[in-house]
Amino acid sequence: MKLPIYLDNHATTPLDPRVLEAMMPYLTTQFGNAASRNHSFGWAAEEAVEKARKQIADLIGASPKEIVFTSGATESDNLAIKGVAEMYAERGNHIITVATEHKAVLDTCKKLEKHGYRVTYLPVQPDGLIDLDMLRDAITDKTILISVMYANNEIGVLQPIAEIGKIAKEKGVLFHTDAVQAVGKVPVNVIRDNIDLMSISAHKIYGPKGVGALYVRRKNPRVQLTAQMDGGGHERGMRSGTLNVPGIVGLGKACEICQQEMPEEMARMARLRDRLKDKLLGSLDEVYINGSMERRLPNNLNVSFAFVEGESLLMGINDIAVSSGSACTSATLEPSYVLKALGKGDDLAHSSIRFGIGRFNTEEEIDYVGNRVVEVVNKLRELSPLWEMHKEGVDLSKVEWTAP
Amino acid sequence: MAYSNKVLDHYNNPRNVGSLDKNDPNVGTGMVGAPECGDVMKLQLKVNPVTGIIEDAKFKTFGCGSAIASSSLATEWVKGKTVEEAMAIKNTDIVNELSLPPVKIHCSVLAEDAIKAAIADYKKKQANGAGASRPVTEAVS
Repeated sequence: MKLPIYLDNHATTPLDPRVLEAMMPYLTTQFGNAASRNHSFGWAAEEAVEKARKQIADLIGASPKEIVFTSGATESDNLAIKGVAEMYAERGNHIITVATEHKAVLDTCKKLEKHGYRVTYLPVQPDGLIDLDMLRDAITDKTILISVMYANNEIGVLQPIAEIGKIAKEKGVLFHTDAVQAVGKVPVNVIRDNIDLMSISAHKIYGPKGVGALYVRRKNPRVQLTAQMDGGGHERGMRSGTLNVPGIVGLGKACEICQQEMPEEMARMARLRDRLKDKLLGSLDEVYINGSMERRLPNNLNVSFAFVEGESLLMGINDIAVSSGSACTSATLEPSYVLKALGKGDDLAHSSIRFGIGRFNTEEEIDYVGNRVVEVVNKLRELSPLWEMHKEGVDLSKVEWTAP
Repeated sequence: MAYSNKVLDHYNNPRNVGSLDKNDPNVGTGMVGAPECGDVMKLQLKVNPVTGIIEDAKFKTFGCGSAIASSSLATEWVKGKTVEEAMAIKNTDIVNELSLPPVKIHCSVLAEDAIKAAIADYKKKQANGAGASRPVTEAVS
């Protein structure tokens, strides 16, 4: 077993060697521009891009023509939301999204609010899932778009996408989902789920960074977008810019591998995740799982170790790469807004650790991580005045602290 | 974030971890910070009533590595000092000693506050007579 251990696979994933192998020719000899229509270099590049388009479409139940390549999911989210907002401005100005969305969605919506759009940010229930009745009630005759992520990047919960898609279709509202964490990890099907727009990223599924895609439905309904990048009219005019051929080939190959291996991989991820969960919950008291355990990605575990601060825990397990919702680990010095949205108090956000298990993690690594975390949590609790007070029976919620 | 070697040393080998009897009239207890802010420090010191010298100090901290290191260092520094000398310890001294980056300055402020709160508790006890008072910021219910 090699240290450090990488267990932060929601942030990014290592490149699968099979993906790199597929990409190599397009990084070297096959360097053509896919838009060059009159020589073999261009044709080879175009052929590779079209193959990738099909590999991606196959994974999500789409048609290849519905795939628009982008630089990544942030761009896909921007293109979907701003593109719909502009294109359908005459029909309405209201967008519905969720408080726990990725910043690429939230900040895009905030930008639109400055330009006269109205945005509803649905709260989530304590398990991280939205209330479908609240969604129904939020829809007005001005609503043009619902944007709800498929799986959350921090707590891994799977929103009721098929139900949301059904509601959107009934009401004649377009439905976008940021499916970055879900595609390739769990079965996603744009037909079954009535998804109109869907953001995809390569580097979350063992592909390269800097490439992603947006699924744009072509029939029932035919979704139109106002381009956010003007230029040569690539990607049916929706996204100009020379195609990142090696990246696209990598994304395609990554999707193909995910599709072929999904049943076994899902089972293996869930087995490793549950092994870690059982170890942590079996060895330590006052450990809380954040988000629904029933409706969750198989590779995600997000737990709060009460009375221990997240950054100090990360410091103690410095041979393991994970992330924390603690304010001290964020650039803004604010604890995770996703965990805060669960309504459990800031202190559990400060104490949270996200474990993201990936394709290349082993059982031996999981056991090592479980043991190290238990050891360091115990050590830090011996250092924690809150743990001491808890043990003395003090109700911490009733203490008057000096820095409220 | 990269930690300085001194922060790492205090984190890995914290000095003076533990608790003193908070009902002892010669022990001052200071608890500062709040769980929802991600930092709580408890610092206790035991003063020799005859010499006025701090003979022992203990801490427990819920917080990041820099908060743990700041409070660990604070206990090291107050030991052997008189109460007045301990009052003179500044958060900037802690920042310099531990090479804390700007985002961690609040950890040093908290450590200074903890020393001052502990001394205030000790002085209050001395003024009120033996052991009658409650430590500063102790649970109210």
